[in-house]
Amino acid sequence: MSKCLSALAVLLALAGAATAAERKLDIGRAATPAEIAGWDIDVRADGQGLPPGKGSVKDGEEVYMGKCAACHGEFGESAGRWPMVAGGQGSLKSDDPVKTVGSYFAHLATVIDYVRRAMPFGDAQSLTNDELYAVVAYMLYLNDIVDEKFVLSKETFAGVKMPNAAGFYDDDRETAERPFWAAPCMTNCKADVKITGRARVIDVTPDDKSARKGVD
Amino acid sequence: MPDREDEKGQTRRSFLTAASSAGAALATPALAGNPKNLPPNVPDWTRALGDGVAVRPYGQPSKHEAHVIRRDVQWLTASRESSVSFTPLHELDGIITPSGLCFERHHGGIAEIDPADYRLIVHGLVEKDLVFTLAELKRFPRVNRIHFLECAANSGMEWRGAQLNGCQYTHGMVHCVEYTGVPLRVLLNEAGVRPSAKWLLAEGADSAAMTRSVPVAKALDDCLVAYRMNGEMLRPEQGYPARLVVPGWEGNMWVKWLRRLKLGDAPWFAREETSKYTDLMESGKARQFTFVMDAKSVITSPSPQAPLKAKGFTVISGLAWSGRGKIRRVDVSLDGGKNWREAKLDGLVLDRAVTRFYAETEWTGQELLLQSRAIDETGYVQPGKAELRKVRGVNSIYHNNGIQTWHVKADGEVENVEVS
Repeated sequence: MSKCLSALAVLLALAGAATAAERKLDIGRAATPAEIAGWDIDVRADGQGLPPGKGSVKDGEEVYMGKCAACHGEFGESAGRWPMVAGGQGSLKSDDPVKTVGSYFAHLATVIDYVRRAMPFGDAQSLTNDELYAVVAYMLYLNDIVDEKFVLSKETFAGVKMPNAAGFYDDDRETAERPFWAAPCMTNCKADVKITGRARVIDVTPDDKSARKGVD
Repeated sequence: MPDREDEKGQTRRSFLTAASSAGAALATPALAGNPKNLPPNVPDWTRALGDGVAVRPYGQPSKHEAHVIRRDVQWLTASRESSVSFTPLHELDGIITPSGLCFERHHGGIAEIDPADYRLIVHGLVEKDLVFTLAELKRFPRVNRIHFLECAANSGMEWRGAQLNGCQYTHGMVHCVEYTGVPLRVLLNEAGVRPSAKWLLAEGADSAAMTRSVPVAKALDDCLVAYRMNGEMLRPEQGYPARLVVPGWEGNMWVKWLRRLKLGDAPWFAREETSKYTDLMESGKARQFTFVMDAKSVITSPSPQAPLKAKGFTVISGLAWSGRGKIRRVDVSLDGGKNWREAKLDGLVLDRAVTRFYAETEWTGQELLLQSRAIDETGYVQPGKAELRKVRGVNSIYHNNGIQTWHVKADGEVENVEVS
């Protein structure tokens, strides 16, 4: 019994030491609700964080044409090298997969969250909540996910079905790529070695003579 | 000198025989120079006084090293604010990347933050929502850690074949520096993580307000909120004044200009972990949350931007790294992967840091197909490009850690190639 008690005492002492190591250092101060509210802009996949407000496809067209089309194209097809936001459905298995809101995004919240925090490019966090909902509704319309009468809000959010919702699975490299954990061959590993491709044939490397310097 | 590479009873000479053309003259071309500065003459810098102290209050590299810079590939992206510049790996040695040469990846340009106006908010599933100033972050217990940071898209342009001619472009989205910062565990302890918290959202203060979801287990394990790199404060391009350090995991998660940490019970599925940084497979489905960077290596010299200039004794130099731990071994091949020998690991071999390797050889002007292959302490062996494509296809953009081949030609020029 006394042995048990002394063992317990040792355990408690260790626990006390651990607590000391993790003790609060009383650095920083409480964040106020107002401070948090100004920065707490994330919208999670399950809709947690969706702001109040609403926006229609119709209103979204105006926002989109004024603030988005110059880069993303009038129909979401992209102007130049900017990301396409519409189209691409059915392309993910092809040689030229096109990843858009309609073809690739698994979660509607991702579009809302991203536009809310980062768009328009160069004028971030400038949209009102109604403009935000409207422009996302319009992108859904461009992707044939909703009809032209649709109004997006916290209430209609859950009813939107994203076409590629089932298109993702968690990292499985440790099992799917298990053969990469095997002792490698050291000698006579191939019968023949031929060059099958050359960068200079493609010739897309920036031309900057100063980038090349010999080994002195 | 003794053949220090000879660990397997194989001499340097016998290793080379297969690829060498016997009897080639070994000539080292003299570097051009101004005769008035060369012996027996005495150059001006030896006669006259130079700049005094503090003339250069923040020292810069020699003006003769002006070519050692980050470079970008303008056709890759629509704008420079959401783009990437690459580390000039071919000009560097050792394992520490100079702060000003660390590759950049911004999603909305560089946020220029006045340290007096810096705030970090910790909230969500915590006992107490907190806000910290930079001065307060610096009061916490701190640690120093050397880690590599690799963008998940490093080598992403090479999935369909050899494309860019230079390791700066094919592999230059990696750097390795010493960070000083607060263990995230200590910061979170201050707020008191609730048992229901399983994920942490890290958010940047840049104009992309970049966010990533990090599992709480990782956050409590080895992440840091770092404010220094290589001793000095973080560079603006690297997230001044504070960034997340997520050892071994893809660079996108190392949120720069860190302004907010929110604890939650599920991942957020932010744009950078769904639309981007997911790996599209041949099936048309995509892997998500592929956080760990697989073991990888590249020969940095010789390489297309660093051709061989002299025959004779030659040091092949490169870098290896793994997000799963330490590098155990690096193999080098001179014949496109037919035969391999173990390279020498030099200097510090650290957990989830880059490791420098060397392989010494006599180059007689024969053509070489140089490859390197990293093996980490978990036994993971860096795969060949064909093996990797067999599993992943060519559409995944991210996590391309296939073995790189450099073709060294008779004149010493080097090209990025693929081999059978």
